[in-house]
Amino acid sequence: MKQIPAPFWTLVLGIAVTLISLWVGQNHNLLPVQASEQAPLVDDLFSVMVTIGTALFIVVQGAIVYSLIRFRQRKGDDTDGPPIEGNLPLEAFWTAIPSIIVVGLGLYSVVVFQEMGGFSPGGHHGHGAMVAMAPQQSVIDVAPLLAQAGDGEDVYTKTQVYGFGASPLLQPNQPDVTVNVTGMQYAWIFRYPGTNITDGELHIPVGKDVQLKIEAQDVIHSFWVPQFRLKQDALPGEPAELRFVATREGTYPVVCAELCGAYHGGMRTQVIVHSVEDYADWVASRVAAATPTATVAETVADTDAAYLAAIAPDLARSPVQIAQMTHGTP
Amino acid sequence: MAQADLSMPPTEVQGGHKHPDKWKWYDYFTFNVDHKVIGIQYLVTSFLFYLVGGFMAVLMRTELATPDSDFLSPELYNAFLTNHGTIMIFLWIVPAAIGGFGNYLIPLMIGARDMAFPKLNALAFWLNPPAGLLLAASFFWGGGAQSGWTSYPPLSEITANLPQTLWCLALVMVGTSSILGSVNFLVTIWKMRVPSMKWDEMPLFCWAMVATSILALFATPVLAAALILLMFDINLGTSFFKPDAGGNVVVYQHLFWFYSHPAVYLMILPIFGIMSEVIPVHARKPIFGYKAIAYSSLTICLVGLFVWVHHMFTSGTAPWMRIFFTISTLIVAVPTGVKIFSWVATLWGGKIRYTTAMLFAVGLLSMFVFGGLSGVTLGAAPFDIHVHDTYYVVGHFHYVLFGGSVFGIYAGVYHWFPKMTGRMLNEPLGKVHFVLTFIGTILTFTPMHQLGMSGMPRRVAMYDPQFTSLNQLVTVGAYVLAVSVIPFYINVIWSWMAGAKAGPNPWNALTMEWTTASPPIIENWEVLPVLTHGPYDYGMDRASEVGPAGEPIEATKV
Ligand code: HEM
Ligand SMILES: [Cu+2]
Ligand SMILES: [Cu+2]
Repeated sequence: MKQIPAPFWTLVLGIAVTLISLWVGQNHNLLPVQASEQAPLVDDLFSVMVTIGTALFIVVQGAIVYSLIRFRQRKGDDTDGPPIEGNLPLEAFWTAIPSIIVVGLGLYSVVVFQEMGGFSPGGHHGHGAMVAMAPQQSVIDVAPLLAQAGDGEDVYTKTQVYGFGASPLLQPNQPDVTVNVTGMQYAWIFRYPGTNITDGELHIPVGKDVQLKIEAQDVIHSFWVPQFRLKQDALPGEPAELRFVATREGTYPVVCAELCGAYHGGMRTQVIVHSVEDYADWVASRVAAATPTATVAETVADTDAAYLAAIAPDLARSPVQIAQMTHGTP
Repeated sequence: MAQADLSMPPTEVQGGHKHPDKWKWYDYFTFNVDHKVIGIQYLVTSFLFYLVGGFMAVLMRTELATPDSDFLSPELYNAFLTNHGTIMIFLWIVPAAIGGFGNYLIPLMIGARDMAFPKLNALAFWLNPPAGLLLAASFFWGGGAQSGWTSYPPLSEITANLPQTLWCLALVMVGTSSILGSVNFLVTIWKMRVPSMKWDEMPLFCWAMVATSILALFATPVLAAALILLMFDINLGTSFFKPDAGGNVVVYQHLFWFYSHPAVYLMILPIFGIMSEVIPVHARKPIFGYKAIAYSSLTICLVGLFVWVHHMFTSGTAPWMRIFFTISTLIVAVPTGVKIFSWVATLWGGKIRYTTAMLFAVGLLSMFVFGGLSGVTLGAAPFDIHVHDTYYVVGHFHYVLFGGSVFGIYAGVYHWFPKMTGRMLNEPLGKVHFVLTFIGTILTFTPMHQLGMSGMPRRVAMYDPQFTSLNQLVTVGAYVLAVSVIPFYINVIWSWMAGAKAGPNPWNALTMEWTTASPPIIENWEVLPVLTHGPYDYGMDRASEVGPAGEPIEATKV
């Protein structure tokens, strides 16, 4: 490969590519604001990948464009190029470098995953109950499990809970706030155990360890808050959890990310991250307002427009949509 | 001068019975067992389905020009979404790349007269049109399947049952077709090479088809099983995947992705094979790293069977699985990278012809670098959790499927059209086609990454108004892509009828299909060819070298 540029040029180009990639990795601004403790971890991983990706992109695309210009056929030259079929050191080099990169990224991903709490969901739930449970129970108890959606403690005695839990290294085992999250066509219902609060929006305090116990009532939905960088499918019959600390007050979208029917795109609501005081006020006002008999669980069965409009204000924007919806759902 | 002799139409009939030299147009509408006819049948039908799938994409993008669902009803949007994905994968890429090029080229490249089981081959093809009809029928009886090409239960069990059942049946048919085809390819390559051709003298396209066929044989039956169980659930009251009756929804996902992840390699491996044929010819250099490319196909095939859970990181997936499948997914990047680097090294130092085939091949390279890198980011579970099921993923897989597979199929068509029809495609029109496609692809699929990262989920007919402007950019890109196919279809139809005559070997290529007439005679050769040089011996001393004007030229020694 005589055409490889002289060492000097390789060095200059290498430095330039490195600098550009580092700059792009730090300044890409591709992700939304970070509002949870997990978000910076994910973003740093992404930035590292952007840095490496930019370098590889420039080098490979550069080589392609350079070849296209430098090695184009000249007029009247119908001969062939030099018969270079291989170059062992070069091939070993370009196999080894990506191998090192992907192994490195793999290990880094594991570390991030660990810090996000990816290894602990279900680990601290109901170990005792598990022992006492008949082995086949986890299969058989699915139907009652769906029926009692809401006061979900028993649900979490299953052996496996999917999602992100608290990292045992970083956080104490008891969450500060627990919210039961139910996905249904086409709304999210948030219930606060121990109170009568049921809401179509998620309210949580900033800086506190929040645990969401997620399940689905009809089909698979997926709970996603882009600013938290967290997502977990709500699977009917399979409990899941997300555990996180919101780090920034504000209102962020809650998006359903799994195709759940015609109005999947309309299944949007918000999470409101309050200051600790505001959150306490909100809880107090809701507890005072709640009449114990009027729980949402009873109205869920007949999905009517007024009900949906109440719990999912976002949907109420277009009355036509709601009308279509009530006719469209089974 | 052996090639010149071989290009003469046969004057003597072979094997004792009367054969015509050429097939008539109506032979292409029959249960013909000639691999070349079947190859062209596959290609032409797949290009028709491509128009249908593309039409659905344009309708979807028109809907998405505004945040509300005001052009299509959400049900219809989902039906187009589902059938667009299904048609593009199962009735466009797979039949074009595997069925079309595989059938047409494999016997010609290994010096065989036909595939090992010609009737099975025809049967495999004729399973495809009825599958397409079933999908079409599903629109008339119940508005089309609506649960996405993945058809996850329980959604697929509660939406529009009849069309969903038809959808399952259609996929079982194309799955059967691909199993039959794979057996045929493996036996043909194993048993029917000309005696003088060793395994490591086969063109790389044949290696790619070996890997593809192995993968299809392992994975496809699992998909069939999943779909049959799903049909039982829908129609016969079983509850394999019904959570309220003891079933498990995640099991379906495992079964589905155990097939469908390898399926993406199934789509891309033959395309990689096409790349390895097109690039050396038009760069006039031997392929760089023959062995590395051949073995990397097999490595991709093997590792590809152990990565399926990366589609389920946010689903019911145990922590150890997320880790194991992160690592295995990232590892696939290595053999893929080896291929890309080898193609770039093949360009390096060559004498590159700017033919349309070469432009599409290089365009693929360039797209695939981007799609591959975004693929690596998706392999890393923590980041995938953020962007899974968003437009980031849609952007990524269209970069790979459009920028990868579609560019590859175009490169293949421009390269082998002269062989298949005996006529050249019009080059200026081809270049217009390329430029429009290249610009359209970038414009359509790049902004999708940003949309996904900032919060737009996929498979939605309505979205948050904050995403409007980027979506409109994407829609404009889609219209450019829609326009881009016009010069292509005109070119193909016009050139097929009245294009310049091609001669047996217009590109002065060295693989064996170029040693017979264009189009090849029935049974391919009068006398089976003898291997005198390797498939990529450009720039080397070749005894029977024939120049473009039919004059022997000096072999270039370096
Ligand atoms: C003509 C250019 C194309 C355009 C404008 C286009 C556009 C789209 C759009 C808007 C979606 C919906 C994305 C979502 O909401 O998830 C989609 C989905 C999809 N497309 Fe394309 N596409 C094109 C070509 C292709 C090609 C060539 C292929 C494959 C070979 C392909 C395969 C798919 C698949 C598999 C899906 C997913 C379907 C699903 O989620 O069920 N597309 N495309
Ligand atoms: Cu949903
Ligand atoms: Cu949804």
